[in-house]
Amino acid sequence: MDVLKTTLPYIISGISVGGQYALIAIGYTMVYGILRLINFAHGDVFMVAGLMMVYLSASLPLYLSIPLMILLTVLLGFTIERVAYKPLRSAPRMSVMISAIGVSYLLQNLALYITGGLNKNYPQIPWISDRISLFGMETSRVTVITPFLTIVLVFALVMLINHTKIGMAMRAVSRDFETSQLMGIQINRVISATFIIGTFLAAVGSILFFTNYPGVVPTSGAMPGLKAFVAAVFGGIGSIPGAVIGAFIIGIAESVIKGLDTILIVNGVISEQIGLATFSDAFTFVLLIIILVFKPTGLFGEKSTDKV
Amino acid sequence: MKKVLSLTLALIMIFALCSIGVAHADNPVVKIGVFEPQSGDNGAGGKQEVLGMQYANHLTPTVDIGGTTYDVELIYADNASSNDKAPTAAQTLISSGVSLVLGSYGSGVSIAASDTFDAAGVPAIGVTCTNPQVTAGCDVYFRICFLDPFQGTVLANFAKSELGATKAYCLAKQGDDYSGGLCNYFIEAFGKDNCVYEQFPEGTSDYSTYITNAQNQGCDVFFSPVSTEAAAQIIAKADTQALGMPILAGDTWDSNVILQAAKGTNVKICVTTFYQEGADAEFDAGIKSWINSDATALANNGGNDELAAVTVMGFDAYYVALEALKAAGSTDPADVLEVLPSVTYTGVTGAIAFDDIGDAKRDSAFVKQCNTETGVWDFVSVATVG
Repeated sequence: MDVLKTTLPYIISGISVGGQYALIAIGYTMVYGILRLINFAHGDVFMVAGLMMVYLSASLPLYLSIPLMILLTVLLGFTIERVAYKPLRSAPRMSVMISAIGVSYLLQNLALYITGGLNKNYPQIPWISDRISLFGMETSRVTVITPFLTIVLVFALVMLINHTKIGMAMRAVSRDFETSQLMGIQINRVISATFIIGTFLAAVGSILFFTNYPGVVPTSGAMPGLKAFVAAVFGGIGSIPGAVIGAFIIGIAESVIKGLDTILIVNGVISEQIGLATFSDAFTFVLLIIILVFKPTGLFGEKSTDKV
Repeated sequence: MKKVLSLTLALIMIFALCSIGVAHADNPVVKIGVFEPQSGDNGAGGKQEVLGMQYANHLTPTVDIGGTTYDVELIYADNASSNDKAPTAAQTLISSGVSLVLGSYGSGVSIAASDTFDAAGVPAIGVTCTNPQVTAGCDVYFRICFLDPFQGTVLANFAKSELGATKAYCLAKQGDDYSGGLCNYFIEAFGKDNCVYEQFPEGTSDYSTYITNAQNQGCDVFFSPVSTEAAAQIIAKADTQALGMPILAGDTWDSNVILQAAKGTNVKICVTTFYQEGADAEFDAGIKSWINSDATALANNGGNDELAAVTVMGFDAYYVALEALKAAGSTDPADVLEVLPSVTYTGVTGAIAFDDIGDAKRDSAFVKQCNTETGVWDFVSVATVG
């Protein structure tokens, strides 16, 4: 077997995972850019989006349940900001962060209460969950669509930030909170818009993620959320292109590490298993430590033009 | 105004407490602890195991102990499928004064809680925890199911002779006593040189790389005795990536979660288990009508009345507990512990008797295959080792 054919499935699945992390990571990075807040509840909003889809699709057809799910998720993100973060606007930053952790646990436990802790099967979405053949490997269509959809959405987002009035307001707020308020920017509207965009992307991400890995449990959001957060820090928190590139790097690296043993054995580099697959998660977090030690601003950090 | 309100609330609570007291005043109560996961990775399996106990409790709600009729009350504690929450859940049961404990589904939590039960001298009967370590180091732990060395050997023999496999891919969850243990016994029986063994970390959702690993290494059987939650994902990925080899698993996969995940796919799945539906038609009909009559029970069984072997094992475990209480002639855990080794009972899943370590003497397992068209289990064979 040639090197390409054995390695390609890992790369493709890594790119797909990376695209899903990217959609979540943008939510982290945008909120951080504006509020200097790490919104720990973001991963759980992603999980709730998955659960809503499970329950909505049980009684509604898909062409209604998908838009409704996205709408409700956006509403949830908006409500969380208004209820849990806005009253703490003048409080120390740490208080808002603790409030975010509280929201995260609240959502997880609500989900535990509603689902009874059982795994919920995500609905099959026709067309995107179909099986296709790509360069001789079998995969589902969603794996291929994910990276492209991610890039299209990110492009649209960058356009929005650079060429619209609300985008300009976002850039201004991320530069200087107080001054932009003095200049007549309605800060609450800008913050709400940020949360709406972030949760919208998380909702789209949840469709792609759970179509690929069709099981939703209350802790489903925790690991992807954490990885997306690492991706945002890796790329330079506050920077959208940084978050996306960070997410793709982490997704691909993780997937390749899981298959590294096999790749090396099949290509005759090693003859025995050495158990590298075990370290796929450890790698992500080692990467986080390394980047924080050597380049705390991340790959693209502190480039104010990219900031939201 | 506030005082009046709080006083009223307090009064309501007191009345509520009184009414509970009145309702149960006629018979003394004996408490049996149910130490099972109700959430987490093994939540679905734990709920199914509890169903069997609840059904048994529904059929036989009282027991004669030393000439007095006692009402049997099941006390629940959720160990959340987590080894670090298990001792707390066990302590909750002990504090509420249970005479003995049933459970748990999942060997890891049972091992984690065994010291707590041991220290309190409360006997525990494992229902479907198959790892040898559950009973090996613990005087108070007994069990009514077969063990992993046996199950692993049965599965390895089945893979070799029935499936004609020469190279096996084994996948376990990191730090999970059940899947890790079973994989080791499988590898021991199958031959270490012919096995590829990998572990995935907690919180994994992308199993596609493991499927690719198995394909790339030219394996011809995929052995993954992991939790049902992971199983559903593995089956979905095996289907989309055209795995091209049968999947083999242990008793955990005998669940309708697997059937639902596998229905309509093109994946061959074989499992070993404790009970084959249809072996006792009268029992099957009874428990099915009970499950269908109770909305909560139906939801806990995954929305249909397909019987899981763990439910039947839970049913038998309840009666073993009653036998032990009868033989002890007292509700004191110490008395129950003393007579437990000599308790025997013939249940729906066969005869149950304990050996010196406290394990059930069982020497046969059922092998079933998932029918992906109809979504039910098809009986394959009864397997023994010897």
